[in-house]
Amino acid sequence: MSKQATTEIGLLEPAILREALKQAVLKLNPKGLARNPVIFSTALVSMLATILTIREGIAGGATFAIGIQITLWLWFTVLFANFAEAVAEGRGKARADTFRATRSKGRAKVLLDAHDRQLWEFQEVELLEPGEVILIEAGELIPTDGEVIEGVASVNESAITGESAPVIREAGGDRSSVTGGTTIVSDWLVIRVTTRPGETFLDRMIAMVEGAKRQKTPNEIALDILLAALTLVFLLVVVTLPFFANWSGTTIPVIYLIALFVTLIPTTIGGLLSAIGIAGMDRLVKASVIAKSGRAVEAAGDIDVLLLDKTGTITFGNRMADAFEPVPGVHEITLAEAAYLASLADETPEGKSIVELAARKFGFTPGTTRDTATFVPFTAQTRMSGVDLADGSSIRKGASDTIIAMLGGKVDPALEGIVRRIASTGATPIVVARDGKALGVVHLKDVVKPAIRERFAELRRMGIRTVMITGDNPLTAAAIAAEAGVDDFLAEATPEKKLELIRKEQAEGKLVAMCGDGSNDAPALAQADVGVAMNSGTPAAKEAGNLIDLDSDPTKLIEIVLVGKQLLISRGALTTFSIANDVAKYFAILPALFIAAYPGLGALDVMGLASPQSAILSAIIFNALVIIALIPIALKGVAYRPASAASLLTRNLVIYGLGGLIVPFVGIKAIDLTVNALRLA
Amino acid sequence: MQADLLQAGLYALMLLALAVPLGWFMARVFTGEVRFLAPLEHVILGAAGDRREQGWKAYASSLLLFNAAGFSLLFGILLFQHRLPINPQGFDGLSWHLAINTAISFVTNTNWQSYGGETTLSHFSQMAGLTTQNFLSAASGMAVAVAVARGFAARQAKHLGNFWTDMTRATLYILLPGAITLAILFLALGMPQTLFASVDVTTLEGGKQTLSLGPVASQIAIKQLGTNGGGFFNVNSAHPFENPTAITNFLSMLAILAIPAAFTFTYGRMVNDPRQGRALFVAMGLLLVAAFAAMYAAERFGNPLHAAYADPAAGNMEGKEVRFGLVNSVLWAVTTTAASNGSVNAMHDSLTPLGGLIAMLNIQLGEIVYGGVGVGLTGMLLFVIITVFLAGLMVGRTPEYLGKKIEAREVKLAALTLLVMPIGVLVFGALAIATGTAQSSVQDAGPHGLSELIYAYSSATGNNGSAFAGFTANTAFHNTMLGLAMLLGRFGYIIPILAIAGSLAAKTPAAATAGTFPTHGPVFVTLLILTILIVGALTFLPVLALGPIAEHVSVLFGRTF
Repeated sequence: MSKQATTEIGLLEPAILREALKQAVLKLNPKGLARNPVIFSTALVSMLATILTIREGIAGGATFAIGIQITLWLWFTVLFANFAEAVAEGRGKARADTFRATRSKGRAKVLLDAHDRQLWEFQEVELLEPGEVILIEAGELIPTDGEVIEGVASVNESAITGESAPVIREAGGDRSSVTGGTTIVSDWLVIRVTTRPGETFLDRMIAMVEGAKRQKTPNEIALDILLAALTLVFLLVVVTLPFFANWSGTTIPVIYLIALFVTLIPTTIGGLLSAIGIAGMDRLVKASVIAKSGRAVEAAGDIDVLLLDKTGTITFGNRMADAFEPVPGVHEITLAEAAYLASLADETPEGKSIVELAARKFGFTPGTTRDTATFVPFTAQTRMSGVDLADGSSIRKGASDTIIAMLGGKVDPALEGIVRRIASTGATPIVVARDGKALGVVHLKDVVKPAIRERFAELRRMGIRTVMITGDNPLTAAAIAAEAGVDDFLAEATPEKKLELIRKEQAEGKLVAMCGDGSNDAPALAQADVGVAMNSGTPAAKEAGNLIDLDSDPTKLIEIVLVGKQLLISRGALTTFSIANDVAKYFAILPALFIAAYPGLGALDVMGLASPQSAILSAIIFNALVIIALIPIALKGVAYRPASAASLLTRNLVIYGLGGLIVPFVGIKAIDLTVNALRLA
Repeated sequence: MQADLLQAGLYALMLLALAVPLGWFMARVFTGEVRFLAPLEHVILGAAGDRREQGWKAYASSLLLFNAAGFSLLFGILLFQHRLPINPQGFDGLSWHLAINTAISFVTNTNWQSYGGETTLSHFSQMAGLTTQNFLSAASGMAVAVAVARGFAARQAKHLGNFWTDMTRATLYILLPGAITLAILFLALGMPQTLFASVDVTTLEGGKQTLSLGPVASQIAIKQLGTNGGGFFNVNSAHPFENPTAITNFLSMLAILAIPAAFTFTYGRMVNDPRQGRALFVAMGLLLVAAFAAMYAAERFGNPLHAAYADPAAGNMEGKEVRFGLVNSVLWAVTTTAASNGSVNAMHDSLTPLGGLIAMLNIQLGEIVYGGVGVGLTGMLLFVIITVFLAGLMVGRTPEYLGKKIEAREVKLAALTLLVMPIGVLVFGALAIATGTAQSSVQDAGPHGLSELIYAYSSATGNNGSAFAGFTANTAFHNTMLGLAMLLGRFGYIIPILAIAGSLAAKTPAAATAGTFPTHGPVFVTLLILTILIVGALTFLPVLALGPIAEHVSVLFGRTF
């Protein structure tokens, strides 16, 4: 199955950048700016600087030339912040456009009587109401989300999942829900509309990536508050400074004070904050996951316990032949051959796996057997399958009690030993008999997915405990749990037991994530802090979960956790970087402001900047450019490798904390050299 | 120099040796394990009435109510001391603004003194008024710390404890026994304790001199132990009756930091994770050592302009008691400013510019380097919350402290406290300059004058109480504004941290995993120190550049004002 290539959007796609430039200017609209206290403050003082500079120009004042440049860079700071947000939104829009292309316009066939497919009338799709019943036939687009009440059809969901193979949708059971924007490939479906067009998953997904309706996540709100407080602190610092300067016998031009203010307030993180948030959502959408709220994405980063269904997530879901175990006196190859022949026509995954194993081990080929032999299929009555060969010999395989009963109870005691041993490890023994004699046992095993063990080890390093959920008995569950390397398991799981487990973990202060698809999963999905519903699941499950995986891939949970963590790390790292930057800015601007009053304060100018004007200009230019320089990090997210909190902290602290201290010293000095080479100040 | 460092090292060791057991004892007192004075508690609390558990709002209201009552009482005593007994010198009542300022000062544990003690206050005012508040303001601070520790440790709880019980226990088990012991030691070491006003002596030159006396030892003991700092005499612990010997000097310095340092260990025990307390002790200790090293270096280096008059090898001895010498003056100056104590044994106004800068910065960081009794710990916890939030995001989880999620509400409250020092120091200071009241109150022109002003407002907002002596604070404007600054600096921290404790108490602590941000290791300690320095110091760097730093470079260039 192939993924569509359209999900890749280049980091610096020219079309997006062009649009972002335009948007950066449009975003100067005060209403939008007010959402971001730091950038809003910057815009306000830029306005003030503009007025002051114009007045200075009219009066022919001394600071006019430098004032113009400072004012321009102040506006650039605001524009760069807008640009960062616009680029993130642009990438989201580009993704949204591919979704929107599939959105259905046109008309839908509304059934007048839900039980009569013949009687329908056309209605505009936009006017569909939840509860109405519509008919969709092969080749038609499903106009909105709904639940199948009649019919079976294969549906192409590639528009939203990127998965090109069609899937089956049918009434009843766990495959009854359909998504707007998908296409029926064959047959027909009668669907009850569950969502008004415009509010479907597709629409939610579009809104989410476009960022317009994006809600701030809880941590983002808290960070916003802290940034606003820091802005206020620096406002007090700058507003009171003229009085202290006055005491010292000097006056500081207001334009310099404005420059000081803007360099001190956390414009870097302030400017990138919403871009980081949008990019995080975008990464989620790229992984084909819809978040019903931003809160859920952040909560994913906080998860302590991951409940994973065994089947499909940890194991392949089918039992596979693992070994041939003959009774004493029978050679392994004899048993293998019998099992091979008996399974040749067996189309079940188990049967196929027996054929595969035998062929791999002993190199059997079907030869002419297929044409000459008579295959006995599995039936509910016989509860065994097998083959009658042309030479008259007959082979049967089945559960041990069935075969033993067929043989009249006369079997080698060793066989019972083997059967018991295999069963005790949680595997399934299949007994093979030829011409009335039991040859041995095929060992069928739940096969754990490759590399899943490493994945769990990774999660453990991140402090996340994995719990396997399975309907198997405790013995079987324990064996698979040990093999897969999960930390714990819940055997013989029922929806009630699942719910109880989640409640117990939560009572201990843990955040729990799980995924599910069936209606009986709904209570647990709702109870979990992060509930990932499979898109293939029932509407009830989808309603209960706070994230929906369009690919219906249970291992997606792990990816969601990583996206959540990366989102938080990106914010924290850039905040640290932004605040650490202030040290160097002080060393650039303070000596420049005070050198007239106390020439000795020139000693604070550790960077040896050319002149006070050039120092201030360089600091403000650095402050603006660093936003642009960090856009890629904001969009891609800070590099994240699963590791313990302690080692992550040390690593990020060195890069973004120490880096934040050092980089601006180098940057400001470099800009100062350029400014002077160009004789700007 | 070696002897100097030996003394400082000895002090550090003694402090640690004292703080660990004291912290352990205090934890047992506040959790109610130590109860041998229970009958006495009952008698006292019987009067106070309600002993039920309180939520943060009720706890804070009780505290405010109690402090308001204390203020009214003290204000009355000071205003009408001429009508009250034990006034052998016959001092008049205080002016309204001085009475307000002094009452606020002692209720907020600041002990800023706009007046000269022995020439303004009657013995009654000193004992019944000031000494009482010395105990009660300290006990209030301790109660806050205890309530906060409970809130941080609690699990889905609504209550933080009972203010009246906590305050009574702080007084009965810790402050009173400590102060009595210390007062007896001081007495034995030659400190006066009498109700006689003064004694006339004949000096060596044959002249007559009147030496003021009074109930000194009892007040000095609690002034140090409760990080109060308000002296009996105007020159505070530089006065030979307030600090007669090298041993009283050493004991006083120990007493200044004993309870604040012990509180880190009390906290560790109360939150059931001693490592958390140790980490805070170490972070504070490192800041203290750094401050000492910087001030010591500055004072050793001395003032090059003095080279003509004094031996440069002696360092800067201006304004220092020769009895104590340089190192004991520096050590005292560092501890008293770090601990929001404010008593002095040397004139801070005469510290070298950079030495004075360290003293000022200690206060401006928010009095968290051990800090005031109780409130030093809670002030530090506010920085812990900000640090955890800033850096905690970097591990990819919603920031947690002690398993409790730090969310918008906590961040909002903690961020609010970031505004306290800038308002009290920068805004009020600028206001003083704008109104011209600063210019008329300072003794010196140029950057040193600015330092005097800034120090005064830092001291008031930080609830420290020490001063650059050149600043004349006893004017209606400064008494009022400094009074406001003291209130802001006290309750501007206490109320938000209690609110945070209330909100954290209600949360379920998450179990620690490998994904949890560790708040006890060296990385966190480093991070905490850096956050304090960057967030705290960046606020004041501009004004410090125009004050002490400008003065320092001017001295180097030989420029005077």
